Amino acid sequence: MTDTNFLKVPTMAEMVEQGKHPEVLFWVGCAGSYDDRYKRVITAFVKILNEVNVNFAVLGPEESCTGDPARRAGNEFLFQMQAMQNIEVLNAYEIKKIVTACPHCFNTIKNEYPALGGNYDVVHHSEFLQGLINDGRLQVDGGQAFKGKKITFHDSCYLGRANGVYQAPRTVIEALDADLVEMKRCKKNGLCCGAGGAQMFKEPEQGNKDINIERTEEALSTGAEVVAAGCPFCMTMINDGIKNKEKEKEVQVMDLAELVAESKGL
Amino acid sequence: MIQIVQQLAFVAAIGFTGYLVTKRATFIYKNIFLGKEEEIKGDSAKRFGNMFRLAFGQQKMFDRPLVGLMHFAVYAGFLLINIEVLEIVLDGLTGQHRIFANVIPSPTYHFIVSFFEVMALAVTVSCFIFLIRRNALKIPRFHMAEMKGWPYRDANIILYAEIILMTMLFSMNASDAVLQQMGNEHYPVVGTFVISQFLVPLFSGLSETALVAVERTAWWVHILGIFAFSVYITYSKHLHIFLAFPNTYFAKLEPKGKMENMESVTNEVKIMLGMPVENAEQGDSDEMPTFGAKDVQDLSWRNVMNAYSCTECGRCTSQCPANITGKKLSPRKVMMDVRDRAEEIGKNRDANGGTFQDDGKMLYGDYISKEELMACTSCNACAEACPINIDPLGIILEMRRYVAMEESGTPQEWNMVFQNIENNQAPWAFAASDRFKWGEELRTQETKKSASDNIKA
Repeated sequence: MTDTNFLKVPTMAEMVEQGKHPEVLFWVGCAGSYDDRYKRVITAFVKILNEVNVNFAVLGPEESCTGDPARRAGNEFLFQMQAMQNIEVLNAYEIKKIVTACPHCFNTIKNEYPALGGNYDVVHHSEFLQGLINDGRLQVDGGQAFKGKKITFHDSCYLGRANGVYQAPRTVIEALDADLVEMKRCKKNGLCCGAGGAQMFKEPEQGNKDINIERTEEALSTGAEVVAAGCPFCMTMINDGIKNKEKEKEVQVMDLAELVAESKGL
Repeated sequence: MIQIVQQLAFVAAIGFTGYLVTKRATFIYKNIFLGKEEEIKGDSAKRFGNMFRLAFGQQKMFDRPLVGLMHFAVYAGFLLINIEVLEIVLDGLTGQHRIFANVIPSPTYHFIVSFFEVMALAVTVSCFIFLIRRNALKIPRFHMAEMKGWPYRDANIILYAEIILMTMLFSMNASDAVLQQMGNEHYPVVGTFVISQFLVPLFSGLSETALVAVERTAWWVHILGIFAFSVYITYSKHLHIFLAFPNTYFAKLEPKGKMENMESVTNEVKIMLGMPVENAEQGDSDEMPTFGAKDVQDLSWRNVMNAYSCTECGRCTSQCPANITGKKLSPRKVMMDVRDRAEEIGKNRDANGGTFQDDGKMLYGDYISKEELMACTSCNACAEACPINIDPLGIILEMRRYVAMEESGTPQEWNMVFQNIENNQAPWAFAASDRFKWGEELRTQETKKSASDNIKA
C-alpha cells in the first residue's frame, strides 16, 4: 500500500523543536531562494534528498547571503557582517556538515568562514551526489533519460580552479550513462562564464564580446544537447548565451541535480 | 706580461660585476620589502615540493610539451654551462688554461666538456626557435599593448645574447683544439669536442698568433658576456631564473578561492555587532587603518616578489576571460605595473636619503585603472596559468578593497547589491521574509513514497 506523502523540507528551527538533529544542513543560497529558474534546481535536489532518505534540514528564513559578492566587490565590512551573523546561526545549531549547490557559497563557507570562527565540513552537491552514488544509496543506472545523450560539463571557477573539484560532477554525469563530451577549455583550463567576482550583478566593462557568449559558443560547438552546470550563476550566464544564439529549443542548460532527478523520474 | 695584464683585467671585471650585481640585488630586495609583512602559513615540506616541481622541474611549462622542452633545454644549459664558467673564472684568476684538465682524468674531462657543448647546441637551437616564435609567428600574447617597446626588446636581447655566448663557446673550443694540435704549450691536449670539432676547419688555416687572438677574443667575449648578462638580468624580466625559486616556495598553499581575512575589519565589525573583541590592539589606536591597496606599500611583500619574478610570458593574459573578450584587463600588465611602480618608489627612496617622498603618483590610477580592476571575474585562470604560481588575482582583489572601502568608488550596480544584502540578506531586492517561500511551496508537493520510507524513520 503506497501512501501519498508530501516533500519534506524541514527547517533547523523545526528540527530543534522536535529534538532532532540533521545529518547534513542544505545551504540553499540566494539564487535557490529567489531565482525562478534556479528554484527548479533546488527542488530537484530536495527531491533526491527525500528519495534517498537523507536526514537533512535547511535554515529557511534564517539563512542569509554568505557575503561572497560583497567580498569580491571589495566590501570587506559587509562580507564580515554577513559571515559573522551566519556563523552565529550555524554555530548555535551546532551544524557540522553542510551541503550546497552553489560553488560561491561552498567556497566562502568552506575556506573563508574558518577565519571568523565557522568550522564546518562543507561539500558541494556534486560531491554529495557522487558520495550517494558511490555508497549505493542513490541508484541512477536504471534511468534511460540521458542514455547516450551528449552532455558537456561547464566547470564553475569556484568549484574547479578555486577548490580543485573536477571529477565529482563528471562522475555524476557518467553515472547517467550519458556521453560526456568535453569542451576544449575544461577542468583547470575551463573558461569562466563571466559572472564570478560579483560580475553577475553589473554590466561588463567595454570589450568586443561578452564572456558568456564566448563560452556558450564553445559549449555549442561540442554538439551537446545538454550543457550541465553546477553553479547558479553559470546557469544564468550560459542560459542567456543560448537564448542569444537562439538555440534554446535544441540545447538545454541543466544542473547536475536536475539530471539525476530527471533520470530517476522524480 | 700580457698574461699579468689579462689577470688584472679579469679581476677588475669580476669585481666590477660583483659590485653592480650586489648593488642592484640590494635595491630589489629593499623594493620587495616595500610590501607589508605577511604571515607565511603552511607546511614547509609542501613548499619545498612546489619549488622542486615548479621551479626546478618546471612542471607547468610542460603543459605545452614542445615549448616546455625547449625552455628546459635553455635552463639546463644555463645551469650546467655554469660549471664550465667556474673553470673559466678560475683560469682567468690564475692565468692558467683549462685548469680542470690538470685534475680531472682526460677522458672524463673530454666527456664533460663535450656534454656542455651538446647542451650549448640545444640552447642555441632553442633560442633560434624562440626568436622565430616571437618575431615571425606573431603569437598574440607576445604582441599585446603592454609588450610594446622595452619588454619586447628585452625578450629579444636575451635570446640574441644567449646565441652570441654559445657561438663564442664553440669558437673558443674549436680554435683551442687547433692550438693544441700545433703543440702550443699553453693549451693542454684535451682533444676536439663533439660539436666544436665541426668548426675546426674554419680555423685550421690560420697562423698560431691569429689563432691565439681568436681564442682569446672568444674567451673574453664569452666571459665578459656572462658578466654583463648577470648585471643585465637584474634589470630584466629574466630575473625569474633566480626568483622563480623563492616565488614558488612562498606561493599560497591554500585553495585558490580563499581570500585572506582582514583582521582590522574584524574588530570593527565585532564592535558594530556588539560582540566581544579579543586581542584588541591597544597601542596604535590613534592610527586609522587604511583598507585595501592603493600603492605598492599596501600590498604584501609576496605580491611584490611575484612582480619581480614575472617573466612577462603572458600565459595569464591569454587565459583571462576579460582579456579574451577585449576588456582592458591584462593580469600580466598588473604584474608589470607593480614591478615598475616598485622600481619608481625605490629610486625615489634612494634619491631622498632612504625615505620615500610623495611623488603624487599611485599604483592605483596612475598604473592600474579602475576599469581594469572592475573587469576581473576572479576566476583564477591567471593564477592557474602561471608556470611559477604568481597570483595576479590577489593584487586585483586587494585593490578592489581600496576602491570599495576607501574611495567608495564601486559601480552603482554594486552599491545596489551592497544595499540589498544589508537590507534583504540577498544581492537582489527581494523581501527577506520571502526567502523560504520556495520551501513552503515544495511542502505542498506530493511525492509517491511508502510511509515507512520517509525521514521520520
